[in-house]
Amino acid sequence: MSLSVDIRKRLGDFALEVSFDTQDAGVLALLGPSGCGKSMTLKCIAGVERPDSGRIVLDGRVLFDSSARVDLPPQERHVGYLFQNYALFPNMSVWKNVLAAAHALPRDQREAAARDAIRRMRLEGLEGHRPAELSGGQQQRCAMARILVSRPDVILLDEPFSALDGYLRWQLEMELADTLGAFGGEVVLVSHNRDEVYRLCDTVCVISDGRGEPRIGIRELFEAPRTLAAALISGCKNVSRAAPRGEGLLRCEDWGVTLRTTLPVRNATHAGIRAHYLRHCPEGVATSSLTAGRAGEKNLIAGAVERVIESTFSTIVMVRTPGGGSLRWELQKGEWRSVREGLGADGRVCLAVAPADVMPLTDDARAEAMKEVPAP
Amino acid sequence: MDWYPLLNSLRIAAVSTVVVFLAGIWLANHVARAPRGVRAVLDVVLTLPLVLPPTVVGYLLLLMLGPRRPLGLWFMETFSIKLTMVWYAAVFATVVVSFPLMYRTARGAFESFDQTLADAARTLGRSDAWVFWRVKLPCCRQGIVAGSVLAFARALGEYGATSMIAGYTPGSTATVSTTVYQLWRTGDDALALQWVLVNLAISAVVLIAMNMFEARQREGAAPRVRRRSVG
Repeated sequence: MSLSVDIRKRLGDFALEVSFDTQDAGVLALLGPSGCGKSMTLKCIAGVERPDSGRIVLDGRVLFDSSARVDLPPQERHVGYLFQNYALFPNMSVWKNVLAAAHALPRDQREAAARDAIRRMRLEGLEGHRPAELSGGQQQRCAMARILVSRPDVILLDEPFSALDGYLRWQLEMELADTLGAFGGEVVLVSHNRDEVYRLCDTVCVISDGRGEPRIGIRELFEAPRTLAAALISGCKNVSRAAPRGEGLLRCEDWGVTLRTTLPVRNATHAGIRAHYLRHCPEGVATSSLTAGRAGEKNLIAGAVERVIESTFSTIVMVRTPGGGSLRWELQKGEWRSVREGLGADGRVCLAVAPADVMPLTDDARAEAMKEVPAP
Repeated sequence: MDWYPLLNSLRIAAVSTVVVFLAGIWLANHVARAPRGVRAVLDVVLTLPLVLPPTVVGYLLLLMLGPRRPLGLWFMETFSIKLTMVWYAAVFATVVVSFPLMYRTARGAFESFDQTLADAARTLGRSDAWVFWRVKLPCCRQGIVAGSVLAFARALGEYGATSMIAGYTPGSTATVSTTVYQLWRTGDDALALQWVLVNLAISAVVLIAMNMFEARQREGAAPRVRRRSVG
């Protein structure tokens, strides 16, 4: 049971190039900012859009193959698609909507299948309602019931929670996780929300500017992203241009400092530090070596407080570094209060970062561009 | 008062509305999905009768259907059927003149149709024909009904092209509008006024019927505005 996708499509001056497979992927997420080509990828899999070239195979069935001229119509693909706006037929009741998807079943099983899906999606009593009479959550469940009745081999979810209000999302997320857990086939979810992806998915492909990166585990994305795009989409707030300086050392241009890291630095073009991994190190201010741009044993970065932003549950402190770039430092409100008391009038502060938290990153697009330069 | 012109007008308008209804929906659906260049050209061609003077339409029709013109000659020789100066000749005129009203209203409705509904139905295994008849047409019902009513009303009042291709023969090709002209020309003001009143009454009834339909549509939708209520 797996879905394998390798497609290319041009749209004006935007080029989509995505390849992944769902073998042992669990719930797979396509994660990327809005307009990066995630939805287009799903539409190509479902067959409502046609890629320029490539191949899509689902459980050994070729759905699309440009070289073999195979292009199955959406009706024959057995792909369940949860649209962003759920796409319920507005002129039909919940019952008719679900029943409409059951027509591939033998005539005498259709009603039973529809009733079963309605019960599983807890829509009993709403059968006679039109979609416009349902809440956002009910609409989503109705769309899922419709998909389940059509017995798909794979379910594609396109930003399933974007049409919902914040506090409804949480409950629906848990419900959807249960539904997807009970579904035996492949699941691909498209989202720009990293938290949603972290809670619902097992593996992830980061897509940036139409280019899909190799699949990685969901924990790896947050603990040790290897590319710049993955670091940014996983919420890393601090990135600097950087170059390797021998084993375990990264020269960070924008911060004017060389940092130690326990992660491999080969091919690194950038360095990333998560805002809440920075620690206050009061005794570091006196260390003279800092001015020379060497972080020393403790991986210290000197700077001056530039701006303080009070957020809902934390305080964000912008610290100007010797390299000219700013670091975003996020800490508990109480912690900031005690730091502030020890601060001098000049606002000088020293931050420490554990070598395991300095992430060497590769800018894929740039690495790709360097590869294309012919060897002299 | 001889009611033949009224019956003839209703008969012509009814036949032409059926033709325009089918042709308008078919063409509107295809043009709405056509590539941009093709759509621009077809749109001009199909809307042209709306802005052309009806006499020009009548002249062009005579060029094709006249007794000594290719089509007219062929029909006469093959089926012994006259295409001009008979009651159904007026249908050609009313179809051409009222077609753009149906076509444009239906096309507007089709263009605002949410294509993801069709995509969803196709991924659920339903045929394109099912999507068209069971989802697209019902969703676009309001525009299609409005277009049909407008086309019917326009066909009922057609004068210019009709008078050229069907002429005015009492008891044969006379319609309400050609009768009004004929009565005025012969100085029969009293009878002309009666037909004018009949015409006004029909037009008013058609427009009222259309407004009532629209109001019912809105009313039908009203209780369903409880969108996204918590639940």
